[in-house]
Amino acid sequence: MTEETRRDSGKVNATTQSNRQSNRWRRFADWDERPLRLDKFAVEDPENGFAAFRGAKDPKPGLVVAEGRVVSMDGTAAADFDMIDHFVAQHHLDLDLAPRAMAIPSEEIAHMLVDVSVPRTELVHLAHGLTPAKLAEVVAQLSAIELAFAFSKMRTRKTPGNQGHVTNAKDDPLQLAADAATAVAFGFDEIETTMRVARNAWSNALACAVGAAVGRWGTLFQCSSEEAEELQIGMAGFTSYAETVSVYGTERAFTDGDDTPWSKAFLATAYASRGIKMRCTSGAASELLMGFHESKSLLYLEARCLCLQRAMGVQGTQNGGIDGAPLASTMPGGVRELLAENLIAVWLDLECATGNDARHSESEIRVGAKILPYLIAGSDLVCSGMGSILKYDNSFNPSSFNGEEMEDFLVLQRDFEADGGLTSVDEASALELRRRAIDALSAVFAELDLGSPTAAMKQSVAIASGSNDTESYLPRDVAFISDRIKERGIDVLDVIKALAARGFREEAQNLLNVVRLRVSGDYLQTAAVVRQGHVISAVNDPNDYGGPGTGYRLSAARRRELAAIRDVLTREEVLRTEATFAGAEAKRIAYKSMGAAVAEGPADEIVIGVSPAFGIKLFRTLAGHPLSAVLKALSEGIATEGGVPRIVRMRHTADTSFLGLSAARLAGSGIGIGLQAKGTAVIHQAARLPHHNLELFSNAPITSLAHYRALGANAAIYARGEMPQPVVVPTEGKALGARYHAQVALIYAIETALTEDGAKPEEIAIAYLEAAE
Amino acid sequence: MTKTGRSAETLGIADYPLAEKRPELVTTAGGKPLSALTLEAVEAGEVTLADLRITPQALKDQAAIAASAGRPTLARNFERAAELVDVPQDFLLKVYELLRPGRARDKAELLAAARELRETHDAEKMAAFVEEAAAVYERRGLFTFRY
Repeated sequence: MTEETRRDSGKVNATTQSNRQSNRWRRFADWDERPLRLDKFAVEDPENGFAAFRGAKDPKPGLVVAEGRVVSMDGTAAADFDMIDHFVAQHHLDLDLAPRAMAIPSEEIAHMLVDVSVPRTELVHLAHGLTPAKLAEVVAQLSAIELAFAFSKMRTRKTPGNQGHVTNAKDDPLQLAADAATAVAFGFDEIETTMRVARNAWSNALACAVGAAVGRWGTLFQCSSEEAEELQIGMAGFTSYAETVSVYGTERAFTDGDDTPWSKAFLATAYASRGIKMRCTSGAASELLMGFHESKSLLYLEARCLCLQRAMGVQGTQNGGIDGAPLASTMPGGVRELLAENLIAVWLDLECATGNDARHSESEIRVGAKILPYLIAGSDLVCSGMGSILKYDNSFNPSSFNGEEMEDFLVLQRDFEADGGLTSVDEASALELRRRAIDALSAVFAELDLGSPTAAMKQSVAIASGSNDTESYLPRDVAFISDRIKERGIDVLDVIKALAARGFREEAQNLLNVVRLRVSGDYLQTAAVVRQGHVISAVNDPNDYGGPGTGYRLSAARRRELAAIRDVLTREEVLRTEATFAGAEAKRIAYKSMGAAVAEGPADEIVIGVSPAFGIKLFRTLAGHPLSAVLKALSEGIATEGGVPRIVRMRHTADTSFLGLSAARLAGSGIGIGLQAKGTAVIHQAARLPHHNLELFSNAPITSLAHYRALGANAAIYARGEMPQPVVVPTEGKALGARYHAQVALIYAIETALTEDGAKPEEIAIAYLEAAE
Repeated sequence: MTKTGRSAETLGIADYPLAEKRPELVTTAGGKPLSALTLEAVEAGEVTLADLRITPQALKDQAAIAASAGRPTLARNFERAAELVDVPQDFLLKVYELLRPGRARDKAELLAAARELRETHDAEKMAAFVEEAAAVYERRGLFTFRY
């Protein structure tokens, strides 16, 4: 025994030993290794704030109004109102309507939400008279599918959209410009940046504003930073919206967040006064994260936040968990709760950027499942920040979908014919846009004396998938650029002039168009975005869903865009590809028709029945083996066990079973091999039923020449009347259907087109030529 | 006639978007029409950042549109915003800061800010809003030391 084999046998002994002692089904060990198990789950514990729908201290809905004043709301007397209660009672509730609205049973209102005959406008009006506890009680009655359906009916703008993150780990302005340009091309209605280093805000803002002006105009842009600075950046004209105005559902969480409903409402008004679009941020579990949950459910606290936002007069919200989504998702029903709170938002007539940003799970299945209701229901902004960049470059945190998964999202849109707001971009256009954006920003830097990136820096960024691949600006370099922009008071007009002066007139005009939006303020209305140079919002593009055939439907043009993903097969392409192999095969093998095949031959003869297009129109298997090599392998295998191969072309069928059975009935041994051009093979026997074969190789894409050789050998063993060990091709769990079936269907149609009813099998003489392997 | 010289017409959904449906109503603070805000004018230095600001009138018009679209709270926010257009940035940020928890030491500080909004900036609605905050902050004990 060598040292090595001793070690090996020792291992086997140890494994056997542990097998004997093990008292665990190993499937659990397999499960331990899956990404899902990195997610942590929490038990429902309402007293400690871990409850999605039923908090320990959620109040019963209720409202008492006397002499035009609220006496109590949701079980709290006016004298005991906290700031949120007060603000909601004072500014949200329509007291003329409220007593009537509150008197309708929650079950009845829940029915109205999913009833296509009850118009959205009626429900929106009703909500003006409903308290937070009532809104929560109503939506809690809906199942996940009902929530998604009601959301689809209630969302504010008819045309769906999406928002993307544009950030990178170095705050590199060149990469920001390039990534902003590509994000715009993918169709994001809004892009959002933030920094690794706070003082780089001005550089980030300028770079993204320039990048977003490449290609087309109308993508709104925000730079998430400290409140006062963000407003200043907006005042300088670089940004067009803001959404980091967070509100909370308990008073202590609110003040710990260093704000009050009045300070946040004041900020909201300040943004409007500067002509900047604004939405608030809220979402499940933020109070729980901040330690002030008051033993109330996620949904009830979020209902308070949303009534508050409507009361403040903001046009919209980003909710659906947001940073709390991962925590909400640890609870039973947590993901359903996120849907429920999004529904309350749109029912209150707020534009809704529906979360799906902070990645709530390491499981791709959970992520894919979570996005689906939003994708098929449509949403004002499906993600309140999809990472248009790679995960490690996302300075907000990885999103549900990121640069890595962008194509998965595009395919989901195509699968469900559902508009998630994005459109495929071809490789050449993407690279061209990136170069243009980098050149435009470099021109601005040169004109405003902010820097002079080298050709190598620019090239590295243009082709980089993420900042790990770039040789460009580092955070410290950026700090100097950012400080200079701020100190010198450079504003968007300086940038527009710089672009125009250096020949980037189209980009200058695009950027000017975005800044000009604020003069009329049209884009301050609910759910406003810019499409093809026009502002659309809930005012002029209201969601008018009222049953099948109404509401948002894909136009023929949009449907084509969704379908146009990368690398789709066409019949022409498959034929073209096959034709390129025709020449090579012609050098390896010659087929000669010898006339009708007859059913007589020696007892050791095995007939290989090939399909109609074999070697005529199709020349290699799905695994890529030349058909000449497959025939050779089969023949060699037959010979190793003393058999003699004969080759016959079937013309009446292309089906594997019938190819095999027909071959078997021609063979002297009664054993035949059926072989399709795509590589599917079968061993058959003359006396058997068509689909009761001896051995089947159905997974052509993973069948090797060695397998074909073994198959040939087994056929010869059967011919001797013996029973060989069947050849098993390991499938390795691959989704072969997904990988090959489109090609299979196209190839098989070529085979079936050549079949002819009643056509006789044809004897084929094979000559292997010089080039044969 | 209103202060800005426009006849008091109530705008509605049909007038939206103003820039497309009623461009004649959209002007800059200096009275320039939207069509004057061209790239050539920017290059010639004829357009300043002040020309690219929203005007009180535009906000009032958007408030009317929001109200006609069934969004009274949004309309009220736009009306308050119309009052803040000409309020200097520094004062704006000062009021925001005062409204944050524990920044004002007592009710009087907030009431003084409200008075300044009303008397200096003619911002009646915003002033009332700050006064409401002052009363609630007092009742909820928000005039406490934070840092």
